[in-house]
Order: sequence, then structure tokens, then C-alpha cells
Amino acid sequence: MKRMPLFTKCLILFVLLWLFLKFVIGGIISVPLPSSLIAMYLWLIILAILVHVSVEDDRFREFLRPIKETLADESKKVRRTALFVLIPLVMLGFTFSKVSTRADPPAALRTAHPAPPADLTYRDKVIGTSQEVENPFRHLEKDDAEAFRVHVENGRRVYYQNCFFCHGDNLDGKGHFAHGFQPLPANFQDPGIIPNFQESFLFWRISKGGPELPPAATPWDSAMPVWENYLTEEEIWEVILFLSEYTGYRPRTSGEGAH
Amino acid sequence: MMSLTRRFLPANSRKRSYAVLVLLIAYALLLVLPAFAQQDVGDTEYRPFPKIGSRNAAWIAAQLHLLFGSFILGVPMFAVVIEFVGMRTKDLRYDRMAQEFIKLCMAAFSTTALLGGVLVFVLMWCYPKVMNKMTGIFGPTMIFYVFLFFGETFTLYLYSYAWDKMQNRKGWHLFLGVLLNIFGTAIMFVSNSWLTYQTSPSGIDEETGNFIGTTWEAVNNFTWMPINIHRFIGNIAFGGSIVAAYAAFRFLVATSREDREHYDWMGYTGNFIALCGLIPLPFAGYWLGREIYQFNQTMGINMMGSLFSWLFIIQAVMIGVLFIGANYYLWSGMGRIEGAEKYARYRPYMAAIIAVCVAIWMTPRSLIATPQEVAAMGGRYHPLVGLFGLMTAKNTVVNLIILTTFLSFLFYRRLGKTPIVGWAKIGNIAIAIIFGFAVIAIVSIGVAGFRVVTDFRINTLTPIQVFIALFVMISVTIIDLIMYRRAMVSGTINWGKMTDRSQYVLILLAITFTSLMGLMGYARSGLRENWHIFGVMPDTSPDSFTPRLSDAVNIIAVIMVIFFALVGFIFWIGLLGEKKEGNRSTH
Repeated sequence: MKRMPLFTKCLILFVLLWLFLKFVIGGIISVPLPSSLIAMYLWLIILAILVHVSVEDDRFREFLRPIKETLADESKKVRRTALFVLIPLVMLGFTFSKVSTRADPPAALRTAHPAPPADLTYRDKVIGTSQEVENPFRHLEKDDAEAFRVHVENGRRVYYQNCFFCHGDNLDGKGHFAHGFQPLPANFQDPGIIPNFQESFLFWRISKGGPELPPAATPWDSAMPVWENYLTEEEIWEVILFLSEYTGYRPRTSGEGAH
Repeated sequence: MMSLTRRFLPANSRKRSYAVLVLLIAYALLLVLPAFAQQDVGDTEYRPFPKIGSRNAAWIAAQLHLLFGSFILGVPMFAVVIEFVGMRTKDLRYDRMAQEFIKLCMAAFSTTALLGGVLVFVLMWCYPKVMNKMTGIFGPTMIFYVFLFFGETFTLYLYSYAWDKMQNRKGWHLFLGVLLNIFGTAIMFVSNSWLTYQTSPSGIDEETGNFIGTTWEAVNNFTWMPINIHRFIGNIAFGGSIVAAYAAFRFLVATSREDREHYDWMGYTGNFIALCGLIPLPFAGYWLGREIYQFNQTMGINMMGSLFSWLFIIQAVMIGVLFIGANYYLWSGMGRIEGAEKYARYRPYMAAIIAVCVAIWMTPRSLIATPQEVAAMGGRYHPLVGLFGLMTAKNTVVNLIILTTFLSFLFYRRLGKTPIVGWAKIGNIAIAIIFGFAVIAIVSIGVAGFRVVTDFRINTLTPIQVFIALFVMISVTIIDLIMYRRAMVSGTINWGKMTDRSQYVLILLAITFTSLMGLMGYARSGLRENWHIFGVMPDTSPDSFTPRLSDAVNIIAVIMVIFFALVGFIFWIGLLGEKKEGNRSTH
């Protein structure tokens, strides 16, 4: 039986991996992957395949053989002609898909999180540096469990009176209004949200909402209200306690060596 | 004009006419210069640099100085080690290679000093007030720096020029080399204190913002030691990669078999050194990042989650290229040793592991997606691959890439040898068990990292992952060294039998290292945002903005072109000298 050329094997592997990303990971296992990410992974797959086939001279020659044959061999004239027609057509289609006008907004590159200013303010009053400000009720967790529980309950009340419409009753960003927003409300159940930030950051994000984010964070387009206009300082700290307690994720601290 | 003078004038007259031309140009310049004359300093805060602006001028000068500095500080470190190996093994090839490295270093030394001078002039011209402030705080260290610089210069000259004469006094010569490294490292530590102070100043009166501390307090600021360690290791990796690229170039243009053999070996050594530096570099980088976050969370978030976060995706891609390239070179190198088939079968799996790990490392937390794609994902973060954007996933795969690269090297060094110890099989099983358990432990810790408190992950789990990787490398090396100490030679290394592709990979690695240093330099410096000294001295110049990533990449590209043009020129001059010596010896 004739052995399958290495080039064909690599091509099949590439297509299989593409199908795996598109339909297995992006369908059976989880939700669809963005095309930008699939493209990035496919480039890496091409690189890995090229690395594998080009390490040894013999293997590389074997890999290139069908390409050379297609380009130069007289017996491969039909294949050559077909490719010379197909390749420009594919490129034409690709170019058309990129330059044609669409009604959908384009894919946007967005920074994960805006950075807070050096000083933390509440209604224009400086309450300390972002690095040093701590949740005034956090110490109660050790010192007075009952009082701590009361503040968490207050936080729960504040959350369900104000936040749950967008962030959802399970804190997963799937509130009643969530589908109307772009970007979607934060999912506090995601392990990359609460544990990655100090409580001072969460205080800043809640109190300033979308409109008062720094210019460096643009385009942010967050529809979150400026909650310092509606909630007291204590209520914001309490709702942070609730977020932490409900999700089981603990905000990070500034660390031992913080200045 | 030149062709005319060549045609009509004799050689002497031609030289004279060039001299007159130079004088005329100089005179014209003198006439024009008063137009650029400066006013008395007074309270001038900033002076604009013509055409490209002050920031870009300082940026280009600083980065070029740093690249050359990194090379001349890195090369002597491994030159001394190689010379020592040559002395112990009595193999003259090592000695000659170490000498060749130092010759490259000598060629680049004066350019480094020259660029340092250019940087100082640019800074004094464009940022007089900042320089005034910095010299006020760091004056004593600058005097110390001058002494160190003299020390480094004299020891480098002695170390290089006395190489042949001190062949019988190797111990003393090595001592000179060690001294050279001490001076070089001390110089770097001193200059690091200035730039780290700008990022994380200490000894500041919080009320007035004035410096009230001691010089030592200013030097020993929060990010000083992490930068020192990071750069120390980085210099070795960078020096090794540039040397390897030089050897690759010489290999590609070599016409004799001897030259191909020599430069293949030199390229291999350079790549090995670069790998030795590259492997611990992510650990040092992680420590630096952690310290920056602890110093100031605004900086930390800007670095990893906001302004500079996409830069770290580019960084992941580039480090991925470095590891893939380094492994590719090692795998290509197996072709020059008989009996390579034994380990070649593992190569596809290793390539797949590295590719998967690099894919995870370069997956952004916040994906580039259309609104429809975001809606389909249920948010900006993908529920599955979005997790790859978190540090616990990235730290895990970095450790796996490092271990895979180490395994590649282990296979490489085993080629052509057969162990004769009776416990070889048990030894291999032990190594396999160590690797297996380490991978399970690293992955398990990585998965646990998604659920634990961040402080615990950063301060405990991540260091444990690092220690596991280090433990594997140390313990396996020890077992392997003992196992193969008196191994039977079953295949020879055919130096010079390498593909040209592998040599281009070495050049690619040097380019990637250089661009990576440029990009990360931009991140480190840009983290201050609109401050000359963070939180103390604001930048009120017209350049007080953070350049877009695309602008930064353009500037870095320009810097790289200048750097490689200069390096090429310096090496070419070295080559000329070599040819002259060759001609003289043949006559």
C-alpha cells in the first residue's frame, strides 16, 4: 500500500486540530471560541508542525516533495492549474470578507482591568492611598464574628437592592438586564475577578462605576452607575464583604512588603 | 563627485581634496550652530530634542546603551567559566573560544561607553531639572560609578591583552576575569539603583515629597534587587544569544570545514549559555512583577491587567519563540551525533507539549472578540480558555516548558554515550518517576491555584512550583552526571554537520531576545506613567503621555535596526583585524 505523503499527513493533522478547536472545545466541551483566538492557535499549530518536519533534512525533503512536484513536475499539471486558480479565489474571498462593509461592530481589543489612581476618593474626599486603604470591617472577621455577619448581611441587602439586576442573583453576571449591555456585567464567580484585586480596587470600581474611569482605561464603555452617588461608604465596603463571602473568593492583600 | 576625483586626481591630491571637503562641511556647521545656541540654564525644566522629541531621543540612547551594556556584562561571565573549564580539562579549544568571546566584548566595549555618554548628554540637555534632582540624591554613587568604570576598563584590557602572555599563570588570569565581572556587576547594580529609584522611590517625606533619606536608602529601594537579579541573569542569556548569532553568521559564511566545525561548536556553546540564562529568567521576572505589584497596585494592575497587559501577551509569544527556537536548535543538533534515533521518537510529543504550553501562556485574559462572540461566550472571558489568562495557568505552563526544554538538553547530552554502570536502568526509572511526579505536582498546584486565596498562591504555591522545577533539574542532573561519568563513547559528534536552518534559528533567537528586552524596557519605564519619579516628581513635559503599543513597537524596531547595524559593523571590524593577523602570520 502506498504511504501517505508527510505533507498530506500534516495537512490532515492541521484540519483535525482546527475542527477540534472549533467544534469540540468550542461546541461539545464549552462555548464557541472567538475567531481571533482560533487564528492564534492555528498559527502556533503551523509553527509546531514546521518545527517537527524541518528538524531533519530527510524529513524536510519528504515534506517539501509534493510541493516541489506540484510546482515543477509535468505529470502534476492538473493539480498545479487547479491550485493556481483556487489560491487566488480563496485570497479574493478572504480579502472580500475583510474589506466588505458589515452591519456588525468589529472585534475590539480591550484591556482586562483599568488601574486605580494613587489616591482613593469617595465623593471627592480622599480616604487614603489605593495601596493602603483596607476594608474597615474586614478585621471583624477575626475580632467579632457576629458583627462581621451583620455587615455581610447588610452587603447582601445592598446587592439585591441595587446590583443583582445586572450582575445576577447568583453573582455570575447574568442578571435580567445583562443581555442589554456591551460589555456584559462582571461575573463575580469567575476566579479572575475578586481574587485578583485588593478590596480598595473593588471599592474604587464600585464607587466610580463606568463614567468616572480614568482616560487610560478607554474604551471601557461600562454602563455601571457611579455608586458613590447612591450608596454610603459603609454600604460599598459591606457589599464587597458580601461578594467575597458569597463566591468564596477572597480579595488579595497588598502583600507583606507593601510600602 | 567621488568618481570625478578618482578619475582626475592622483591619490595624494584626492586625500587632500577630501580633507578640504570635510573642513568646508565643518565650517558650514559652525556657521549654523549659533542658530541652535542655548540660553543660560536658569530654571529650565525641559528642552525639546529636535525632530524626534526628547522622550524618543532618551529612549533610543538608553535602550542602545542597555543592549550593549548587557552584552559586555554578560559575555565576561561565561568567558571566565569557559576559560576555567579549559584550564581544568587542559583542552585548548575552550581557552581559544573564551578568548574569542572576550575579543567580541572588547569590540563592543567602547561603543557601550560611547552610548552611555550620548545618553548622559541627551538627558542633561533635555531633562536638566530631572538630572539635577537625580544627581542631588545619587551624587556619591555617581563618583563610585566612575571608579568602578575605571576598574572595569583596566581589568578588561588586562584580561584581554594579557591572555596569551599569562598562559602559564592561568590562576592569576582567571582572577582578573573574576575581578572584571565583579566590577561589571557592581556597575550594573549602581546604575540600576537610579532607574529603580524612579520607579519605586524610598526615603521620601510623605508631606513634602522631598528626599530625606540616606544614599543607601535611595539605592536600596523596593525594586532594586529584583531588577539586579533579573538583569544579571538576562545579561547571561542575552550575551549567549548574541555570541551564538555571531557564530551562526560565521558558520553560514564559512568556507573551510575547520571553520564550520569551530563555529558550529561556538554556536552550540552560545545557545547553551543562553538557555542557562533563559531557564531561570521567568522566575526572576515573576519575582520582579510581584515586587512591583506589592510596591503599588496601580502599577501592578497597569502592568498585568490594564495599559501594558497586551505587552505581556506579546512577551508570551516571544518567549514562546525563544523556547521553541532553543529546542529546535537542540533537536537539530542531535543530527550531528550518531545514535540520535533513540531519542528522536520523543520529539513530536515534546514539540506538542511545548506548543500546548505556549498556547496557554499566550492566551489573553480578555479576548479579542466581536459582540456576537462575546454574547456566545457569555461574557468577555471564555469559561474554559479564559482561565488560561490567569497567572496560575501561565505559571504552570512556564514550568512545564522549562522542564521539557531541560529534557531536550538531557537527551542531547546523552547522545553518543552508553552508560556502563549496573544501575543505569534503575537510574532511568528514577529520573522518569521524578519527572512524572513533578509534572503531576506542578499541574495539581496550578489547578488548585484557581481556588485558593491569591496571597497564598503568590507567596506559597507559585514558589513551590518553582522549587519543584528546580529540584527536578538539580536532582536529575546529579543522577545523570553520575550515571554517565564513565560512559562508553558509542557515537562521535560531527561538529559542522548542522542544517543552515538551525543557524538562522540562532540569529532569530538573538533578534527575539533583543526585541524582548526593548519591549520589557518600555513596560518597566512606562509603568511610571506621567512621573519622572513615581509619586514625587511629575513629568510636565510635552512627552508626558504613555505611547501606544504600536508606537512603542515602532521605536523598538528602529532601536533594533540600529543595534544590529552597530553590532554587525563592530564584528566586521573585528573580522578585518582577524584577516590582517591571518595575512601577517601566513607571510
